[in-house]
Amino acid sequence: MALSCSKTRNPFTGVEANAVGVKLEKLCKSFDDTEVLKGVSFEVEPGEIFVLMGPSGSGKSVLLRHIAGLELPNSGKVTVDGKDPSLEATRDAVRIALVFQAGALFNSLSVYDNLALYPREHRSGNDKDIDRKVMHALQILSVEDAAKKFPSELSGGMKKRVSIARALVMEPQLLLYDEPTSELDPVMGATISEIIATLKNEYSVTSLVVTHDRSLALTISNRVGILMDGELISLGTPADLTKSKDPRIVDFLNPKIDIEHPRFKKLETKEAAK
Amino acid sequence: MKQVTRILEGVGSVVQLMMRSLSYTATLPAQGARFIEQCYLIGYTTLPIVAILSFFIGTVLALEAGYAMQDFGAKEFIGSLVGLSMARELGPMMTSVLLAGRVGSAIAAELASMKVYQEIDALTTMNISPAKILVLPRLAAVLVMMPVLIIIANIVGWFGGSVVARYVSYVGIGPEAYFAALRHYTKFKDVINGMEKAEVFGFVVVLVCCDIGLNTKGGPREIGAAVTRAVVVSLILILVLDYFVTKILL
Repeated sequence: MALSCSKTRNPFTGVEANAVGVKLEKLCKSFDDTEVLKGVSFEVEPGEIFVLMGPSGSGKSVLLRHIAGLELPNSGKVTVDGKDPSLEATRDAVRIALVFQAGALFNSLSVYDNLALYPREHRSGNDKDIDRKVMHALQILSVEDAAKKFPSELSGGMKKRVSIARALVMEPQLLLYDEPTSELDPVMGATISEIIATLKNEYSVTSLVVTHDRSLALTISNRVGILMDGELISLGTPADLTKSKDPRIVDFLNPKIDIEHPRFKKLETKEAAK
Repeated sequence: MKQVTRILEGVGSVVQLMMRSLSYTATLPAQGARFIEQCYLIGYTTLPIVAILSFFIGTVLALEAGYAMQDFGAKEFIGSLVGLSMARELGPMMTSVLLAGRVGSAIAAELASMKVYQEIDALTTMNISPAKILVLPRLAAVLVMMPVLIIIANIVGWFGGSVVARYVSYVGIGPEAYFAALRHYTKFKDVINGMEKAEVFGFVVVLVCCDIGLNTKGGPREIGAAVTRAVVVSLILILVLDYFVTKILL
């Protein structure tokens, strides 16, 4: 893949910076007696969109939290641009933004202040610069009208977009998305997919997307990984994935509802008994 | 053994949070708005309830003291008893108890909710320390506001005692005699000692409530559990620390 020399372009200044890569080596994580990640290894090239799919409870979000530096592995290693993301020094050197599944917007702050918090705390520019950045990010995501609103006044789709805008204000080198299209209608889901693709095309930000959304994975990603029961069972381009003969992947991508399945029969019997 | 380990872990966590927060002290001038907001929440909104409570503590003290002292003709010392009790012990302790119940619970609930709804994680990914923007302004505000609350608690408590001393028939001490005794036996050092106690209690209450809130794990149900734990631990610590701080100050 010819992405290793990719540069991210700052959405506000146009200045280029090195896009960063992510490397996971035999990552293992357990919570009490439950093994969530079982030796996961893969690399994300600088500037690519890497989509991680898998059924619920397969460990995708936990893996993402490791890359964001919010969890420490039991064994194995995660590096972002060759550095440990859980260290404050790494987060100083490499800008990693995470778009949380539920948005994780600061409820006590307005949308504007949610976006302005990062540049204010890190003193990136004066008030005028910060205002320009915040409004530009809101415009990119088409939520500039919500600037004065509070998160509780926003719909689910707007929260997601504000959350992405907040990540964008950080001028990230690595952008992590946790289920960006969950709880959204198909139109809004497609809009978010377009936004992710645009951010990659316009600014070359390295993007790692955790999702269940098959169309998002197959349309905008450079590569797709499938995580099942804490193990990476497939890694390749969207084309490789659709050609896969592995029954687990075929079943996951093309789920069929078998109404003759015994569990449906059980339900029918219960209904009849009632 | 498990309980001892948990207590030691808790102490370690609180000490770590204190060190982390204090390491950002130099950033406090840039956090003026947050500091003032916390001063308002800790000081201004707590003031009415502190005043009401202190007034009635003063009245009860005067009532009980008047009843006990009337038998051996020592009613003129009621002012000194109320003055010293309020300044040295009841003012700081009851204000701290109120702080734990009103402010401590609110802090624990807010931070626990931020933890449960991933706002703390969002701050971490932004490389903004929660200790810097959530804990430090609260610690600074409590250190500034506690002496103010104590002064008001003392004055209102003393006044409450004087009302009872004047108007309850079996006490019947005029305000001049009451305040003369209070002034004679209550030294400036006693008031300062009370403030020092209150500073320690207030600092510990806010720190512990912040720590419990920030370490909340699980779903929304845990927010309620964190609030209960924060208030109970704060009250126990106030009473335990009261003994040791009093011993040091005496």
